[in-house]
Amino acid sequence: MTLQGLAQILASGLLMGLIYALIAAGLSLIFGLMDVVNFAHGEFLMLAMYATFGIVVATALDPVLAAPLVVGAMFVLGAFVYFAVIRHAMRAKANIGMVQVFATFGLGITIRGLAQHVFTPDYRSIQTSFLAGRTLDLGGVFLPLPQLFGGLLSCLSFVALYFIIRRTDFGRALEATREDAGAVALVGIDKNRVFALGWGLGAALVGIAGSVMAIFYYIHPDVGTPFALIAYVTVALGGFGSIFGALAAGLLVGIVEAISATILSPSMKAVGIYLIYLVVVFMRPRGLFGNL
Amino acid sequence: MMGTQELHDRRTTASSSEPERLERGAEHSGSLTAFARGRRRELAVAAVAAIVIALLPLGIHDVYLQNVLVLTLMYAALSQSWNILGGYCGQISLGHAIYFGIGAYTSTLLYTHAGLTPWFGMLMGGTLAALVALGLGYPFFRLRGHYFTIATIVVAETGLLLVLNWDFAGGAEGIQIPYGPDSWAHLQFARDKLPYIYFALGLAVLAWLVTFAIEDSKWGYWWRAVKDNAEAAESLGVVVFRSKMAAAALSAFFTAIAGSFYAAFVSYIDPDSVMGFQLSLLIALPAVLGGIGTLWGPALGALVLIPLTELTRSYFGGSGSGVDLIIYGVLIMVIALARPEGLMSLFGRRRKSRRGP
Repeated sequence: MTLQGLAQILASGLLMGLIYALIAAGLSLIFGLMDVVNFAHGEFLMLAMYATFGIVVATALDPVLAAPLVVGAMFVLGAFVYFAVIRHAMRAKANIGMVQVFATFGLGITIRGLAQHVFTPDYRSIQTSFLAGRTLDLGGVFLPLPQLFGGLLSCLSFVALYFIIRRTDFGRALEATREDAGAVALVGIDKNRVFALGWGLGAALVGIAGSVMAIFYYIHPDVGTPFALIAYVTVALGGFGSIFGALAAGLLVGIVEAISATILSPSMKAVGIYLIYLVVVFMRPRGLFGNL
Repeated sequence: MMGTQELHDRRTTASSSEPERLERGAEHSGSLTAFARGRRRELAVAAVAAIVIALLPLGIHDVYLQNVLVLTLMYAALSQSWNILGGYCGQISLGHAIYFGIGAYTSTLLYTHAGLTPWFGMLMGGTLAALVALGLGYPFFRLRGHYFTIATIVVAETGLLLVLNWDFAGGAEGIQIPYGPDSWAHLQFARDKLPYIYFALGLAVLAWLVTFAIEDSKWGYWWRAVKDNAEAAESLGVVVFRSKMAAAALSAFFTAIAGSFYAAFVSYIDPDSVMGFQLSLLIALPAVLGGIGTLWGPALGALVLIPLTELTRSYFGGSGSGVDLIIYGVLIMVIALARPEGLMSLFGRRRKSRRGP
């Protein structure tokens, strides 16, 4: 393999990895905050893609400009899901883990059904973006502009996330609630509000990923499932609850996927990801950066 | 250091409370009799239920309804097997489809390539699945909670991808079992579904009986101890690792047998339908909805869930309008939220009174 070919594989893997990291970050944020694995996460991604598609069709805006609207809508949706479903699941007195798994799983199926009902199972795609089909030529390494845009947005999101968690009152409340949800009530923090904001933020992060992916990926009701699977693996690889572990793991997953697609075959590309996960978790049972 | 005098005092106090202890013992054996009575009642209820189900098909001649009955019984057996590891031992697996797939593929490949009867293939598939469960358990039972669950998903997905790319086993297209004459030896009944109903019923009864036997065995108590608190159980002498391994092997064995049965029943298998992630969820779901870690939960869950999903699918599913998914999803959500302990909690008062020591 030429050096150029290797650089091409690494670059594509890295760009996809940044998007995986973004999807995983939302999942990890919610998990770290309240110990809930959101099994409707793939459906959140799918909804964000359809929302982008819907806005583009309705207003003829470029999908890049539709992104802020989508992210805002996803934030509202996340908070709504917390109040409508998760809050009740948290109150279960028995089997709380399974109640959360299957409440979010049922939610995911419902969302998929709704998407199929409203949009039909047909495959859709957005071709009107000014980014679509263009590539950047970096000395023989070709980077598609939509993916490049996604990677940039992902980097920006992680920087913003860092500031939100480390520098704002909301971030401190988030950390405090994660440490001890009972104790924060004593200092006047409304637990429900923090949880709802956490769900909003988690959904907004996957919303960013969805609005970018809508530009270069087919949109259909089941599109979220494989990405959700990768996101669970990414989060467990990085360590549940560690957002920057999710970033590192996302990049690793992207690169491993690109390499195994070349070495094995494109249809086996996920095997590489799974093997890396199994090896890592065998050596570090709590993932790369897990400290729970 | 304890003085001899003190020791002597202690001994006298111990002996002085002897009558009291005897009394407590009598009370204890009283509750044991109640416990045994409760167990006999469970058996009686199961026998009546099995007889009713065995008589049902004599009144049902509609092939579609017979299919629903077979699937309901099969998922009851499957979820009962899952419940051994997930419910009693507390190791939540969302990758049981791999054992189902091993069962389905082993018996089918042995039948189509070597002409061996599915009965033999079934045993081979079950044994192979149990061995795989032991091999996987060795590294993965160190993992806790979500890490374990994600690992089970990952292993099943890896298996799915490998089979999808395995040309000898038909790859993504799967395997069609060639039609032959109706026979018990080949488990093939093209015209009459009745034998399948009885086979599935037998499987469900077997899985129930195994769970019933386990509930009051050493393993049953060990598994529940591991589920409640592994560290505490370890300190009391429960061999946690071996407990988990035994539960996994048993659970995988019966899951694979159901997989072999399914292959014979539909006479066509492909990787997505016998090894997909959705199947793993469907195996766990009846136990969770019915009551995780309970004797009757999986059967009750399957009885509610499978007919409901099959009927909504046939009424709304064909149009691709998604209404079947909406009903299915909302149903799962509502039961999970409204009945966290599962549907078994509807019978809460009666069960509490029969609680053992």
